[in-house]
Amino acid sequence: MRGKKKFAILAVLLLILVMGFAGCSGGSDAGADGSAGDEPSAGASEEASADAGESTGAEAGDGLAPIAKENIKAAFIYGSAVGEEGYSYAHDLGREALANEGYEVTYVEGIPETEQFEKTVRDLINEGYNVIYATSFGYGPYVEKLADEFPNIYFNHATGTVTKTNLSTYMGRLYQSQYLAGIAAGLKTESGQIGYVASFPLPEVVSQINAFTLGARSVNPSATVNVKWTNSWYDPVTEKSAGLELVNTGSDIVIAYLDTMSAQIAAAEKGAWAIGCSTSGAKVLPDVYLTAPIFNWANFYTKNVQDIVDGTWKPDFQFLGLETGVVDIDPLTGNNADGAAEKVAAAKEAIIAGELNVFGGEIKDNEGNAKVPADGALTDEEILTINWFVEGVNGKIEAVSE
Amino acid sequence: MITIQKRDSVTRKQGALRQLASIAGALMIGALVIFLSGYNPGTVYIEIIRGSLGSGYSISETVQTVIPLLIMALGVTICFKVKFINIGPEGQFYTGAMAATYFAITWPDLPRGALLALMCASSIAMGGLWCVIPALLKVKVGVNETLVTLMMNYIAIKFVAYLQYGPWKDPSVIGYPVIRQFSQSGILPDALGVHSGWIIAILLLIGMIALLGKTKYGYKITVLGENPNTARYAGYGTAKLLVSATFIGGGLCGIAGFIQASGVENSLNAMLSNGWGFTSIVVAWMGRLKPLPIVAVSVLIAVLIQGCTYLQISMGVPYFMASVIQAIILFFILGSDFFMNYRIVRRQGDKEAEARR
Repeated sequence: MRGKKKFAILAVLLLILVMGFAGCSGGSDAGADGSAGDEPSAGASEEASADAGESTGAEAGDGLAPIAKENIKAAFIYGSAVGEEGYSYAHDLGREALANEGYEVTYVEGIPETEQFEKTVRDLINEGYNVIYATSFGYGPYVEKLADEFPNIYFNHATGTVTKTNLSTYMGRLYQSQYLAGIAAGLKTESGQIGYVASFPLPEVVSQINAFTLGARSVNPSATVNVKWTNSWYDPVTEKSAGLELVNTGSDIVIAYLDTMSAQIAAAEKGAWAIGCSTSGAKVLPDVYLTAPIFNWANFYTKNVQDIVDGTWKPDFQFLGLETGVVDIDPLTGNNADGAAEKVAAAKEAIIAGELNVFGGEIKDNEGNAKVPADGALTDEEILTINWFVEGVNGKIEAVSE
Repeated sequence: MITIQKRDSVTRKQGALRQLASIAGALMIGALVIFLSGYNPGTVYIEIIRGSLGSGYSISETVQTVIPLLIMALGVTICFKVKFINIGPEGQFYTGAMAATYFAITWPDLPRGALLALMCASSIAMGGLWCVIPALLKVKVGVNETLVTLMMNYIAIKFVAYLQYGPWKDPSVIGYPVIRQFSQSGILPDALGVHSGWIIAILLLIGMIALLGKTKYGYKITVLGENPNTARYAGYGTAKLLVSATFIGGGLCGIAGFIQASGVENSLNAMLSNGWGFTSIVVAWMGRLKPLPIVAVSVLIAVLIQGCTYLQISMGVPYFMASVIQAIILFFILGSDFFMNYRIVRRQGDKEAEARR
């Protein structure tokens, strides 16, 4: 009985502690704040793209003054290790271009899409960095919070969905390059099945897979694209097993929209062809490499920083297509089917000339429902919020915990 | 044959001196390894100190790391005191954070004080429960608590991942598994530039010192840990004592989860703990299960963690290298701690035994 009594007293003590702190929190309520605005963060994509539309052309906020070239300190934050291929590496090539032009730049790699990112940016700002390039989607809620808290710091969020007076977003129309890579794959595949390893069913990623599939089926109407999710941007072990599984289930070409080429390397050992992503994979898998949708961020970053110097930087959303050179298709290697290079070049010309719309009709989803009529096309807003697969994709849009 | 012998016990002053000497020695060996990795150890150490204590900002970041380490180490301590080898602070942390998050996202509009109190109380209950389950298994059916607490970590972490990908996924973010951010009511207010978790940590520290040093309950716990038979003979009701102590220990780890979710992340995800639950076991052990030394060790480890992350920014040390440097220093500090308490001797008789073979 006595033990019970003691225990009860302890429980009461703990409760008093809780209450006490609850009381004191009420008192300091007013003084605290500063961070985290009231608006719901994490950005509903619909609102977001509307936001992006509205703020295009808006003036930069009062806190933002042009920065002289020698005073610019730009920091790039990557979700994965830079490595020598893939998404982060593509951005890092852009950073190198800035460094070569004499700007002071640094990068921080392997930063998860958690509070860790917020902390890293605070560290950077504490070290005097005044231009932030956040390159991963999941940094969103933290970038928004930080942009409110540091109104005189330039924030730029790649693939982001929310803009603010000091927060711009930018994104490549890589889906156009995916369409071209799809053409190469459609011509090359013998089994008629192509494996696609991807991270999360975000609209951005879904649009890549869709465009790739449309490209493949434009030259090979019976081709199917099998999708495997890894639930991570950087997880070589899972990527590898996903690549192997795709080959074992009949795919003879593997592409991955991820930070490494682990899936393609594993698939190549089983005899599959490889399509890279974000940067060229020619050096990694010379014998089986076909091509890759690639980024050339150098021009974008040098212009963006120059805008800050000139005072012409705008907090808008930039969606950069083949015509800007920010996205492109890696020159097709000799491993490709005969005539593929010509077809891809012709399609590229047509897209740049505006004669070919990747998401132009007629498009059905993979459950047979008509989505885009023959004379229609998806708008940018629809592309940025897409949550269905086109006909020919063998996969489901759901994030499933492993 | 080589054997490991425990060193003779030493006075408190000697012990403290040895501890300092061992850390100094560890830093020197660490310096050698850092040098071999191609960095100037002097600069690395200076940058670690500068990055963790060099400015008001860095100190506040370091304090933010001390808070969960300290609270969880206190939780581990009270479990270890009753010889309950709790390897589960990570799991107790996550169950606590989960309970707090449940209230934060279910009733975001409650007044701040009420919501935070609910979140805190529920985190204690869930963290405590997660630690009491293995304690009951140990008392009732004699299951080894080390394994059970360890395994229950993974259940908790995977369950958070399930919530993040499933029921608690923010539907407004298409396709991306993230739990929504807390409303302002669910966020710990700041006090002196750091979230007010530090006030909770200090209160808990004082409470723990008083509990262990000044109360009959603390005395009973110590007796139970030192000699269970004595405790049983004295009629302490050992099973209840063990269960209540583990409840407090798990509850503390749960509070740490609440503080990190509410004060730091303003949300919950499966990477919330940074693995610090495991680190806290090291902290408690290095602090010899005594509250004040545990504070010192928490600060030391927090300086190391914050300083090494800062290396990436201040020196451009690549991410993996910064982690390696952190691991090297920690490894040698732990290693030296071992050599301070044990010595390796060649046993006399073994030479003859070898000769005979």
